[in-house]
Amino acid sequence: MTTGLTAWDKVQIARHAHRPHTLDYIRGLFEDFVELHGDRRFGDDPAIIGGIARLNRTTVVVIGHQKGRDTRENLRRNFGMPRPEGYRKALRLFRQAEKFGFPVICFIDTPGADPSMQSEERGQAEAIAENILVMANLRVPIIATVIGEGGSGGALAIGVADRLLMLEHTTYSVASPEATAAILWHDSSKAPDAARVMRITAQDLHELGITDLIIDEPEGGAHSDLDTAVANVGAALRTTLAELLDLPLPELLAQRYQKYRSIGRVQERQLALVTRRDDPDEPPMIFP
Amino acid sequence: MKELFRRAPKRFTAADRENSQQIPDNMWVKCTACGELNYAKQLTDNLKVCKCGYHMRLSAHEWIGLLDAGTFVEEDAELAPVDVLEFVSAKDNYTQKLQETQELTGMNDALLSGRGTIGGLPLQVTVSEWNFIGGSMGSVFGERLARAAERAAARRTPLLTITATGGARQHEGVLSLMQMAKTNMALTRLAAAGQPHFALLVDPCYAGVLASYASVADVIIAEPGARIGFAGRRVIEQTIRQKLPANFQTAEFMLEHGMIDMTVARADLRSTLTRLLRLHAAAPDAAGHPSTNGASREPLPLRN
Repeated sequence: MTTGLTAWDKVQIARHAHRPHTLDYIRGLFEDFVELHGDRRFGDDPAIIGGIARLNRTTVVVIGHQKGRDTRENLRRNFGMPRPEGYRKALRLFRQAEKFGFPVICFIDTPGADPSMQSEERGQAEAIAENILVMANLRVPIIATVIGEGGSGGALAIGVADRLLMLEHTTYSVASPEATAAILWHDSSKAPDAARVMRITAQDLHELGITDLIIDEPEGGAHSDLDTAVANVGAALRTTLAELLDLPLPELLAQRYQKYRSIGRVQERQLALVTRRDDPDEPPMIFP
Repeated sequence: MKELFRRAPKRFTAADRENSQQIPDNMWVKCTACGELNYAKQLTDNLKVCKCGYHMRLSAHEWIGLLDAGTFVEEDAELAPVDVLEFVSAKDNYTQKLQETQELTGMNDALLSGRGTIGGLPLQVTVSEWNFIGGSMGSVFGERLARAAERAAARRTPLLTITATGGARQHEGVLSLMQMAKTNMALTRLAAAGQPHFALLVDPCYAGVLASYASVADVIIAEPGARIGFAGRRVIEQTIRQKLPANFQTAEFMLEHGMIDMTVARADLRSTLTRLLRLHAAAPDAAGHPSTNGASREPLPLRN
């Protein structure tokens, strides 16, 4: 089961309805969880769960995308696609975490941010951008774990972290394979091709230097043995949290800056190698 | 004089009509919004704004005309993209696409970056090039933007970003996504240096780029009629099956919903930016010292 899987197979496993979701990890790993609701501006988004709990005798803020197991719950959870108020609930909890010095633990599991007229009206792009900016400089440790699929800015909006962990059969990409296929080839049915060329598996991301740690899944995948999957994630979170709590704050923030600042591949090549097309017939644009 | 009246009157034929249309191709430009023809020279004098008010797309190099003449110094031009994923599909080959686009635009990647002045006041500026794979943000775009923000912080000058984009570049996968974090990360340096970020959104401005540096500016200006949003109109219509209002995701819609500060016509951009630069130059910097950025201080004439 675990060998010879294609990227598209991994997408299917990552999306399996019986995989443990955020609430399963919260129930299985954290003590005294108190769920907090609402963004204090517009509403409460069930696609994002947030609250305070204890892990390793440390009080933490825990935030995660929440998918449903059946159609009814999925409709309520909007298939794990947050609206702006979901991100703003997370934002409010980031600030609360900073105020009390609580580390932040995030669980990523979304096909992407909600694409609807209402979400656009309420500033979906701004909500995501603001979270990314605030996480960049948040003065507490942040750990993000991809527990299913991580799709686009909708995932990154709770995903800027000191350590990024991924379960063995999860994916994380610039857009869902369906969206990439639609953008590039105007055909979302080409999603399996997109999954293949986009390098979206946990193993790909580890090679690309994005993921810090891959967490083993039980034989047959996380959905076949929830207890083992939850326990494996717990062990990884405890070790990682202890490691980050040992870092002095300036060091933590400097490392986070460096981590994201260095992502990307560029080469140096003089422009002379390409012909600059400055049209002599085209008069320059002169603004008054 | 006699000859003049004896001359055979000229009869216009279909053939003549054909001939008379043999004017240079680039003399007239058809507006994609209203379909009217604009005389090219007049259109350029009008900053490529059609008589109907439609703001036609400018190239990144044309946008440099917004700066004081001759002050722009390009930076990081030598940074070039790498096909990290070795992206090859039945319909797409990233290496080849890059080569063609580089020849077409004369740019290594989709962001032009450098420094210059507006109204005599120094600033860092970045402009995205729509013709370079839809102004999409990959590693080079992100790196240039991050360096521009860091330079602005180090030089204590404001940052102006001019953006037309379809979002993150698919061909560099998750590395493109992470540029959203990288650019915002660098902007925290600019904020710490007490310097402002002005964002100018031009048509179209979407997805991962709007959901990162472009939306967290201190002042957000959009060109009239520019389409601005996170999810594309087609995606929303298909996935949600909602009927969208005609003005949905226009600059005016964004203004009405509180997402941008103002729409500014192209002809008024320089005076608006100059005023903003002066107002910020007059403020003391983070350390409490009055800024030395301010040049001449005579008030600007109010327009509109």
